Amino acid sequence: MTSPAFGGNAGMSSEYLEIRDLRVTFDGFTAVDGVDLTLLQGDLRFLIGPNGAGKTTLVDAVTGLVPATGSVTKSGVELLGMKTHRIARHGVGRTFQTASVFEDLSVLQNLDIAAGAGRSPWELLRRRKHVLPEIEEALETIGLTAHRDTPAGILAHGQKQWLEIGMLLVQDADVLLLDEPVAGMSGEEREETGWLLRRIGAERTVVVVEHDMDFMRAFATSVTVLARGRVIADGTVAEVQNDPQVQEVYLGSAATEQEA
Amino acid sequence: MSTTFVPRALTRPGPVRTAAGFAVAAVLLFGVAPAVLSDFRLGLLGKFLCFAIVAAGIGLAWGRGGMLTLGQGVFFGLGAYMMAMHLKISDAHLRGDTVPDFMQIAGIRELPAYWVPFASPLVTIAAILVVPPLIAVLLGLGVFKRRVKGAYFAILSQALAAAFAILLIGQQSTGGSNGLNRFRAFFGYDLSDPVNRRMLFFIVAAILLLVVAATRQLMRSRYGELLVAVRDQEERVRFLGYDPATIKVVAYAVAALFAGIAGAMFVPIVGIISPADVGIVPSIAFLIGVAIGGRTTLLGPVLGAIGVAWAQTALSESFPSAWTYAQGLLFIVVIGFFPAGLAGLAALRRRRDDDRGGAPAARTTASGSERDSEPESDPDPESDPEPEMEPAR
Repeated sequence: MTSPAFGGNAGMSSEYLEIRDLRVTFDGFTAVDGVDLTLLQGDLRFLIGPNGAGKTTLVDAVTGLVPATGSVTKSGVELLGMKTHRIARHGVGRTFQTASVFEDLSVLQNLDIAAGAGRSPWELLRRRKHVLPEIEEALETIGLTAHRDTPAGILAHGQKQWLEIGMLLVQDADVLLLDEPVAGMSGEEREETGWLLRRIGAERTVVVVEHDMDFMRAFATSVTVLARGRVIADGTVAEVQNDPQVQEVYLGSAATEQEA
Repeated sequence: MSTTFVPRALTRPGPVRTAAGFAVAAVLLFGVAPAVLSDFRLGLLGKFLCFAIVAAGIGLAWGRGGMLTLGQGVFFGLGAYMMAMHLKISDAHLRGDTVPDFMQIAGIRELPAYWVPFASPLVTIAAILVVPPLIAVLLGLGVFKRRVKGAYFAILSQALAAAFAILLIGQQSTGGSNGLNRFRAFFGYDLSDPVNRRMLFFIVAAILLLVVAATRQLMRSRYGELLVAVRDQEERVRFLGYDPATIKVVAYAVAALFAGIAGAMFVPIVGIISPADVGIVPSIAFLIGVAIGGRTTLLGPVLGAIGVAWAQTALSESFPSAWTYAQGLLFIVVIGFFPAGLAGLAALRRRRDDDRGGAPAARTTASGSERDSEPESDPDPESDPEPEMEPAR
């Protein structure tokens, strides 16, 4: 299996997400202030920055949750201005800081719903007769095969996040925007999530909004640092870590903490 | 409204048990009820079955879809008034008149233009089936596309019921606050003949069984799972590429369809429809049975509606004024303390039995890929048409 790589691993044929001059303003407060970002298939990109840097707002804008100006194109299609569910159908999926699975439904039902946005009314009105192969595959990938009939509400915290990621996989999203997927996870769960992201990131564009620097260092192939709504650095983990501006606003404090 | 049901993994009712359940219900409704009940009581039961049809729709829209439909009286009233208008016109024609009796008394000599289409029985039936869901679709799109939800939707639908009742009271051409009454024939059949009245009961019983079967299919289909998903995590469904508004509108329209049909059957069975049957109070009364029976289940709303309507009749015969208070109190207690209704209590007891039986883990183990997502438990085991709630171990 190929792995994610800096700058993407799919060459010229790759899918991409291009963000140009993205701005989000709430009542005069500019949360995202002219962000340019190019995301290529096969690049496991981490989006980091201090609290209030605009990371989640950026994801919200790309997925149509908040109005924005500028341009977001996915392989040439303009997404800005589209309704949220249309953007999702164009292959942009996201998760939330707090896992939002359908707690009353089983793991399998959750995945089946995620796989079904294109279903005809006729298909919807009938019962599920068998498990789709892509759902079996996703269950395997996220390691929940044994829990397929467990109600999602009683899964462990980490398993819920993996289920969310699995839902993006069967949804056939090729741009995955994950908002703090490892928040609240144990060290072991973090490790597993990291490898899961590596596995799925090879064929997709994965963006991870994260606070956990160790997690970022271990798994990112590229990093974008956001501060006060702007991109202040962009590059490999090493490049970003050595950037004086980044050290000043963000990593600096983390580095001092580590030395102390 | 955050009741969490843990799906039962082990008690999957097979097609045989379901068929048996429907057979038992059919025997009760078509065999036992007409044999043991007087014509008067059978008529009352017919009225309760109308409420049960409304309740099945509310169970879908409210229980599964999370839409607190406080204005089902509108759709019930639309179906009822359209049927009543047709019956009044055909009664007038039987007597050789052009306008119904109450219009003659009021001095109206010509049929109002909006009455004219209802002279045709086919147009009337088509309108009863089409108009309430159509209005629900238009209203639902307007409301849900704008992401209006929760209490706002409830208030809006209730205001609509109030406005509808006020509109009817002001209309001389629908009998004002007296409504429409004294129907002589139903599609040519004399309504004073006990045989025909019994036939009406059979028709409404058959409709109820069809409605339950349709609701059951909807609840168990992929659509049913999706509806629960929208109820619990509307935004998440949106990010999966669905438009939640469309999903909600479908359930709302189905509930409106059922309410309209129920209203249309209410008219020949009860013999009167007036603004008092369609306003805020009856709209809330529709909810009480659903809440008490267990709104997320298939049979809870149906049996709850029949039970509450029966209790209302029985108690208000002996304590006319006490019933209203009892009803209100019951509603508050159920919503406040047992949001899952009697069906929820039954599920709770079953779960406790399971745990005591030493098999608490069994609920979370796999049993197959297409089992039920909800406990279809039943508040009243004795009159249970679908005996699928015994704990299977």
